[in-house]
Amino acid sequence: MPSNVTDRRLRPAALVAAALLTAAMAGCGSSSDSSTTNPTPSETATPAADAPAGVIGINDPWVKAADKGMTAAFATLVNESDADVTLTGVSTEVSPMELHEMAMKDGEMVMQAKKGGIVIKAKSSHLLEPGGDHLMLLDLQQPVQAGDELTFTLAFADGRTQSFTAVAKPFTGAEESYDPEHSMPDMSMSPSAAS
Amino acid sequence: MTGSGPRAVSRRGLLAGGALAAGGALGATVAVTAVSLSDDPATRPAELTPVAEIGLAIEPFHGTRQAGVATEPQAHAAFVALALRPETDREALGRMLRLLSDDAARLTQGRPALADTEPELGLLPARLTVTFGFGPGFYQAANADERRPPSVAALPAFRIDRLSPHWSGGDLLLQICADDPLTVAHAQRVLVKDSRPFATVAWVQQGFRRAAGSEPGRTQRNLFGQLDGTANPKPGAPLETAVWVPDGPTWLRDSTTLVVRRISMNLETWDLLGRTDRELSVGRRLDTGAPLTGTDEHDEPNFDALGSGGLTVIPDFSHLTRSHVTEDRLRILRRPYNYDGVPSADGTADSGLIFASYQADITRQFLPIQRRLAERDLLNEWTTPIGSAVFAIPPGCPEGGWIGQQLLG
Repeated sequence: MPSNVTDRRLRPAALVAAALLTAAMAGCGSSSDSSTTNPTPSETATPAADAPAGVIGINDPWVKAADKGMTAAFATLVNESDADVTLTGVSTEVSPMELHEMAMKDGEMVMQAKKGGIVIKAKSSHLLEPGGDHLMLLDLQQPVQAGDELTFTLAFADGRTQSFTAVAKPFTGAEESYDPEHSMPDMSMSPSAAS
Repeated sequence: MTGSGPRAVSRRGLLAGGALAAGGALGATVAVTAVSLSDDPATRPAELTPVAEIGLAIEPFHGTRQAGVATEPQAHAAFVALALRPETDREALGRMLRLLSDDAARLTQGRPALADTEPELGLLPARLTVTFGFGPGFYQAANADERRPPSVAALPAFRIDRLSPHWSGGDLLLQICADDPLTVAHAQRVLVKDSRPFATVAWVQQGFRRAAGSEPGRTQRNLFGQLDGTANPKPGAPLETAVWVPDGPTWLRDSTTLVVRRISMNLETWDLLGRTDRELSVGRRLDTGAPLTGTDEHDEPNFDALGSGGLTVIPDFSHLTRSHVTEDRLRILRRPYNYDGVPSADGTADSGLIFASYQADITRQFLPIQRRLAERDLLNEWTTPIGSAVFAIPPGCPEGGWIGQQLLG
């Protein structure tokens, strides 16, 4: 299996990601550029004008639709280069944002800001998904409606940036990511996450 | 039984053997109509090819016309009719159709939907098609009633109708077809979930035909045992003429229309008929489907031939006589599925047909036939229409596009 997912805490997710990559590559020809193998209406991995080459590949980006408060964005980040890439920040027009991870703390899964950013290892991909690392929208200034397309800009440790568009999906999971009042008992928000 | 290799693949291998034994022509059929997903020998050992050709077979999604109409009918179908929420306006319809088109584009090509909560269920498309239909209410919600094909309107009431609102109407239709029922169920789940901000579920009709590959190229049988669809326009020019709108503005060209009728079939009273009476009611033989004046399913019926008693061999009131048309521009493309609900405690069947008829113009093609059948058709004794809905099937979309963009864009 061509599994190059680095997040080893999430076995099932890793398997799925591998299957997904396999299917996408097998179904769409020989191109190794993932951004061109997934031409879909909700266009993936749109490089910004100021970063024509694209620092990394951004596959299947989406954001959870929400009327207010918090929500999160997800994608598969693909680093085809020979050097590790460190994602240090993310921004969008409609909300302040942070890079978040889910981590065990005192026996509980909590969401917290990811210190040091997200490292996408060389020749690897890194999955942002509900229950794992994600791009957190902390305080929506306007509703994100199903089918809306939001533009995000990633900032990397070396100063480069890269923008992409993600479509908003109706999604009832990922509760821990945006609604602390209704979170699962073992999915409490870390106080530090929103500060 | 193989002792080595991945277990899941071995199980598939067993199924493959069965499928091949049942229909030797399967491989050829699939090869013509579909592209296989994976050619990677690591995931698809050569000796296991046949099952892969059922599970991994792909029908195109993008194109000038929607798939699921001229497509060789798959074994399983779900017709999902949605009722738009009052607040779903033209702008919201665009967001909805972009989401649903993206789901369909991915799932039909064997890729999980975006944010798919069961991505493993998206990997075997089994010729999945998702066909979108717009009911009259869709055009009103879009404030585009002037773009509604005139014949896409509620059908006139027929004397034989016993329509239930539970099976009638609908603003947006999702016709989901695949050769694997699990694939259909997953696609239905994904599409309904993404529809929820915009619509509620009005009705769902699930149906089936013979399993994939069991009778390649054969006309399907309904639960009366009759061949069903013999008179369909043949692929090529006849089907082009009957089904597709040849010209007009972009939101009409390469579109068609769909009538979905739920036909309850009374197996209890049908049981009271002998074989001869059954054949007289439809005007065809049950075994071959041949007209009573012929020997082959596709023989032209001779309505003038007289029997020994001086009556016509094919009764004037037979289904064949009443529904017969000779011009391609008057034909309809039947693409029906059987339904079979749960029998009541005394064993009374809940069986019937999801009658799906495609035609360029409902008024020109479907209605004249339906009027003649409603007026006089022996089969009406044993069949009852209990649901009715009409939809425009808009043109397809290119890669990067979405269904309905010609109408709403």
